[in-house]
Amino acid sequence: MSAAFSLTRTPFGRLVFVGADGTAQEAVVPVRAFALTAPDEGIALLSAEGHELVWIERLADLPPAQRTLIEEELSRREFMPVIEHILAVDSYATPSTWQIETDRGATQLLLKSEDDIRRLNGPGALLIADGNGIHYLIRDRRQLDPLSQKILKRFL
Amino acid sequence: MILAAMTPPTEPASLSSPLEPGERIVATLELDLDEQLAFRPGRLVLTERRILGPDAAQSWPLSACAHLHHYDHAGIGTLELADNTARLALWRYTLGRNPAALRFEREFNRLKEGLASGSSAEAADAETGEGGSTAEPTTPPSTWTLLRLWRFARPYQGMLLAGFLLTLAATAATLVPPYLTMPLMDDVLIPYQNGTPVDWTKVSWLLGGLLGAALLAWGLGWARTYILALVSERIGADLRTTTYEHLLKLSLEYFGGKRTGDLLARIGSETDRINVFLSLHLLDFATDVLMIAMTAVILFSINPWLALATLLPLPIIAWLIHMVRDRLRTGFEQIDRVWAEVTSVLADTIPGIRVVKAFAQETREAQRFRDANRHNLEVNDRLNRVWSLFAPTVGLLTEIGVLVVWMFGIWLISKDSITVGVLTAFLAYITRFYVRLDSMSRIVSVTQKAAAGAKRIFDILDHVSSVPEPAHPVSLPAPQGGIEIRAVHFRHGNRAILRGIDLDIRPGEMVGLVGHSGSGKSTLVNLICRFYDVTGGAIRVEGVDLRSIAVADWRKHIGLVLQEPFLFFGTIAENIAYGKPDATRAEIVAAARAAHAHEFILRQPFGYDSLVGERGQSLSGGERQRISIARALLIDPKILILDEATSAVDTETEFEIQRALNNLIRGRTTIAIAHRLSTLRRADRLIVMERGRIVEIGNHDDLMAREGHYWRLYMAQSRQLDAPPPLGEELPEGAA
Repeated sequence: MSAAFSLTRTPFGRLVFVGADGTAQEAVVPVRAFALTAPDEGIALLSAEGHELVWIERLADLPPAQRTLIEEELSRREFMPVIEHILAVDSYATPSTWQIETDRGATQLLLKSEDDIRRLNGPGALLIADGNGIHYLIRDRRQLDPLSQKILKRFL
Repeated sequence: MILAAMTPPTEPASLSSPLEPGERIVATLELDLDEQLAFRPGRLVLTERRILGPDAAQSWPLSACAHLHHYDHAGIGTLELADNTARLALWRYTLGRNPAALRFEREFNRLKEGLASGSSAEAADAETGEGGSTAEPTTPPSTWTLLRLWRFARPYQGMLLAGFLLTLAATAATLVPPYLTMPLMDDVLIPYQNGTPVDWTKVSWLLGGLLGAALLAWGLGWARTYILALVSERIGADLRTTTYEHLLKLSLEYFGGKRTGDLLARIGSETDRINVFLSLHLLDFATDVLMIAMTAVILFSINPWLALATLLPLPIIAWLIHMVRDRLRTGFEQIDRVWAEVTSVLADTIPGIRVVKAFAQETREAQRFRDANRHNLEVNDRLNRVWSLFAPTVGLLTEIGVLVVWMFGIWLISKDSITVGVLTAFLAYITRFYVRLDSMSRIVSVTQKAAAGAKRIFDILDHVSSVPEPAHPVSLPAPQGGIEIRAVHFRHGNRAILRGIDLDIRPGEMVGLVGHSGSGKSTLVNLICRFYDVTGGAIRVEGVDLRSIAVADWRKHIGLVLQEPFLFFGTIAENIAYGKPDATRAEIVAAARAAHAHEFILRQPFGYDSLVGERGQSLSGGERQRISIARALLIDPKILILDEATSAVDTETEFEIQRALNNLIRGRTTIAIAHRLSTLRRADRLIVMERGRIVEIGNHDDLMAREGHYWRLYMAQSRQLDAPPPLGEELPEGAA
């Protein structure tokens, strides 16, 4: 199935998909079906209208060129900073502003309510939804430094 | 029961109307109402020759009667006797007598048909099954209910015993210090006042003893509190989970009759209250009783007369406690009910908040809540009036008790029969003693509260599911999907909903149920799912009665898509895999594709890992519906039930859902209820129901050609679509 289509990038940076029937689709978007539980399994290419063009069981099965293109596009679309340290919070009651350090630099996030902290399947993994809709990931809260853990515990 | 009263063929001559020689009684019916619906006992007798009425003079020969007709309305049953021209007589009874009345009618018909009067056991059994809902007893809960908690305590016997022994030891340790005051007074202080120097060694021994006893009591007290708290917490947790597990197994009928808030309160706060009672109050009480018993023994061993004077107020206080207990008993249960009422208001309003806001009824809802709270206050106030008097009275009695000891003690000292030390020890004991008695009196209220809580929990635990699991379930590994419905009756409370449904559904067939709302379509489907059990007749699958198949085993084969899809809090993937938690990702995706849900799921921020809320707020109605279709598809059921699956969405979404359903229907027995008749076009057969009966069966074209019920329904709908009623014109002026 993976060989039945071709994928190229236009000078405008858009992905062009040519399916088995030969018709080209511009501005296709790759999405992960299981973005959190199995990011590398089940990736779909959607047309600009949101219809599924092709289903990719496993990213690793693709030819390297296509895979790089998709991975590039995915990483450009996905923004999920990983929290490495929680430096300070202004209040233990929500809404609360956290000063954090992420893998993409220092920032602050606004936690609207404790419900926005979601436990993921992995041990100690958390997903925190910011008041602005950005999702921050904590890979394993037990691996954080003691201060961060202490702060985090008050919200769990 | 009543059936038994009618079986003997020969009846003693106590009948109001004497029988003719050789006449044999076939059936009797004990009436409890007269024609004007006043309660009056009477008896209807059916013999082989005639019917004898409740009045001695009246009788109707069978040859003159043509019909005996039975019907019921609002809890009152009626038997009507008629010949071919007019009604001859009419008898009324409350529905408790219904089985007997049905039997009476059956025997009558059998006689009329000239058949031999054997008894059809099967039918009679089915009929006696109704009347099953028993009213909950309204007596105040007995404290003995708490003993039933032993069932939950048994696994922790060992720890409980250890806790008890520790309690014993700890209590004994606390009784040592007052005892030591005696030698301290008599051997040290008083001799010193009389000129003997203080014996420091003795003093240090005694003070050391005081400290040691205090430390010992502290250590033992900690250990027993910890162990018993541990046990009671576990008992509470077991109680909660057991109750919840039991609750989940109860039939829909139970949930229909209970308010959510009430059930939440029972499982949540009542179990917690019992928990606190066990870990805190019961423990204290046990300690108190031990302390009083031990103190009494010590006091008597020191001086029996003074001990007698000290313990004299005890029976009075015990009597007082007993008096108040009766007053508080009902009060606390009432408080519980009122409390459940308060929660119920919340549980009603919060899920329906859109309706509340849309109709701008916030103030009214607030008022409802305020009323419930005021009711709560009133009940509490009434109770507190008694309760507040109680504690000060105990206090007063305590003071009087101390006074008695002082008086009697001084008198005894003046007679030189006891020493000052003994009196000091007694006073030290008695203050502890009465302080405990005061707290002991509190056990009354908490025990009552806990007993009320326990009763309400055992109400749930004692409730037998009206959809009982068969004792020897027949296994049903791979049904074909055919369903036979035979003479099915269903009655809810005192309302007959289904009256004799006969229907054969072939494997793989799609059947559409059509009819006005209230015609019994959903009930029939609920019976097929076995959310309820039939009150008469039977539903069979491949010759096996549904009631002899394990409930879960049967439901495994049923996929249900409801009008209002319910999504649990969790991810989309989890919701799709609800009926099959071990489904692989590929299976989930396949089900979603077949349900035409795949693409919109991919558009969610985390795809299948996106969270959906309690009611799936972030998704549209059609999207939620397609997720619930995927859920039904994933378990690959043999029988599919669509209960108004598309009526909550617009036509375009309906089209999308219809396409999803077409995938679902393939190769399965499908029973679809739809209000919109156009959605049932694909059905092999349409079953038209009216007032609990099937009135027409056939496919669309047949039924249209027949110009009967279906035709009328269809015409009514198409008229509505073609020519919407003119708007505005009919409205009175100013209404817009």
